[in-house]
Amino acid sequence: MSHAPWLAIRKEPPARRSAILTVLSFVLPLVIWCLVSYVPFIWHPLVEITDSGDSIYLEKGGLVDRASFEQENARIASENGRQARGVRANPVYLPAPHEVARAMYTAFTTEPRRPEEPWLHESLWHSIRVVFLAFWISSIIGVPLGILCGVFGLISKLFEPFIEFFRYLPAPVFGALAVAVLGIGDGPKIAIIFIGTFFQQVLVIANTTRKVEPALIEAAQTLGARGATLVRRVVLPAISPHIYRDMRILLGWAWTYLIVAEVVGASTGITWFINQQAKYRIYENVYAAILIIGVIGFGTDYLLGVIEKNLFVWNGGRRNRFFRFIMDPAPPIRARAAAAPGRSAIVREPSEG
Amino acid sequence: MHAIELPSYKEQSPEVADRMARLRERPVIMEARSITKRFPSEQGENTALLNVSLHARRREFLSIIGPSGCGKSTLIRILAGLESATEGAVLLEGKVVSVPGPERGMVFQGYTLFPWLTIKRNVMFGLQVGGLSDMLAESEAMQWIEMVGLADFADHYPHQLSGGMKQRVAIARALANRPRVLLMDEPFGALDAQTRARMQSYLLQIWRKVDITIIFITHDLDEAVYLSDRILVLKANPGEVAELIEVPVPQPRSPKQFLSLEFLAVKARLEELIHPDSGVEDELPMLRLTCVDDEVT
Repeated sequence: MSHAPWLAIRKEPPARRSAILTVLSFVLPLVIWCLVSYVPFIWHPLVEITDSGDSIYLEKGGLVDRASFEQENARIASENGRQARGVRANPVYLPAPHEVARAMYTAFTTEPRRPEEPWLHESLWHSIRVVFLAFWISSIIGVPLGILCGVFGLISKLFEPFIEFFRYLPAPVFGALAVAVLGIGDGPKIAIIFIGTFFQQVLVIANTTRKVEPALIEAAQTLGARGATLVRRVVLPAISPHIYRDMRILLGWAWTYLIVAEVVGASTGITWFINQQAKYRIYENVYAAILIIGVIGFGTDYLLGVIEKNLFVWNGGRRNRFFRFIMDPAPPIRARAAAAPGRSAIVREPSEG
Repeated sequence: MHAIELPSYKEQSPEVADRMARLRERPVIMEARSITKRFPSEQGENTALLNVSLHARRREFLSIIGPSGCGKSTLIRILAGLESATEGAVLLEGKVVSVPGPERGMVFQGYTLFPWLTIKRNVMFGLQVGGLSDMLAESEAMQWIEMVGLADFADHYPHQLSGGMKQRVAIARALANRPRVLLMDEPFGALDAQTRARMQSYLLQIWRKVDITIIFITHDLDEAVYLSDRILVLKANPGEVAELIEVPVPQPRSPKQFLSLEFLAVKARLEELIHPDSGVEDELPMLRLTCVDDEVT
């Protein structure tokens, strides 16, 4: 093991330690959950009745809190009846990890209670479609508008003050209005995610665009570029990795608005599923659905991160074999010759500080 | 004053005088006519440049030097068209120019290669913007990349190159457009001393091979004397022309000349102009850090 200090300020831990810490960041919450679920004396505030004895109201399989259970047994004891028996248990709203893990599978295979209701995978697909549709609509307007605001002072002054005002209006307050205008289908849901994403998007993209190194634009100007050519050949490529990163963050916001949007009008999608399962008190399904949302969000972001590294090689990324295969043309002859060992045509300069 | 007796910096050997005479007969490529630049500031107006005129003739190497705050960077940015003058005009081969254009190439102090393009594509940029086909632009670009000795790095990205290499690419990129004049704004300012010396000799070699007029901003006296035919010295507050010096050091230049009498004479004159108070040390307020008595006893 390395001897790097554990609490070094602003320093990356060594690679192996980083990997261990990453795994731990997921394992630790899981461990806490396991402890609370499987070790009886840590919490377990209730008693699950295994034998109701001579009790009048305790039922086998029922849950009562410990104080009531002991009181009831004390009463039975005073009447010389048969004691009720039970084991300590957690409330229904805290299922154990293995129950949730099982639910992650069974939730998909369990038939809906009523035939007209959607299966879990249908609910999930519905949610994903709504998020991506709304994000897509927001982006095809928001990204170009943001870039235009960042490039041209005129457009920035014309649009940004109003957008700045509008973004302080919380998207959910438009729920009733959206239903009135767009009916009870997916329309109002998409509208709410759009409102939540679009206005932030324009401002974020405009700010990113304004951060283009002015020296790069000036250099391009002295090389003869101007107007649309300057925007297309310098501004767009310069901001592209930053825009990409902005979009990753904004997609996360769109996901957050999904949950609000899905209870507007007729409840649908994953939110409907969660509410429904909570109503049936099948909490392991609730947890499973929440975890699935997390996995989809995290997975999408991870995937986008990998694509980012492979797309923007010039920004410090690195292409893996798959992306090299689709994106890089065959290397030119000169580069291959230069890569051949034993040939150094050029004296490399000593490194400069 | 000086440890060795220096000749006058105005004394020119017959060869140098001859070269200067020939230079004066060449056509003027770039001209600045009484440029004045004022910035609005809190105390009304701030004059950065006052009535600065200059002209650079074909294949001349003209340096502009001056103390910090003399507006030399502003001047070259006005020549490039990146800023506009409050008064006065910039002429390129007799025509007034006011916006940046490909006939005035520029190399900046910072690294301004486009990081998303390979070296080859960076050099091709101006050619493609100018409407050349990709094939032609590529073969043209490769010639310039070869000239600055970076053919093996043509498919590298800028972040894979050292600072000196990046500036060589920047020079190739500017020259590929076949500009009439190359404007250089302290291009080697960010490099370490050894790399800078090497870059200076690269630049002289390129200048000898290419039909190009160079206007070069620097604050380094040695660099100015070593590279230039003529040096325009500015003074600060406001930025005005102090003197235009014809460098009496014979061409072609070599690092050996750094200690020649002509070289030192010019340098001494530049010192006089740029640091007029030299000899009188700026007095810092003294802080007593230790007790003097302790050290004595």
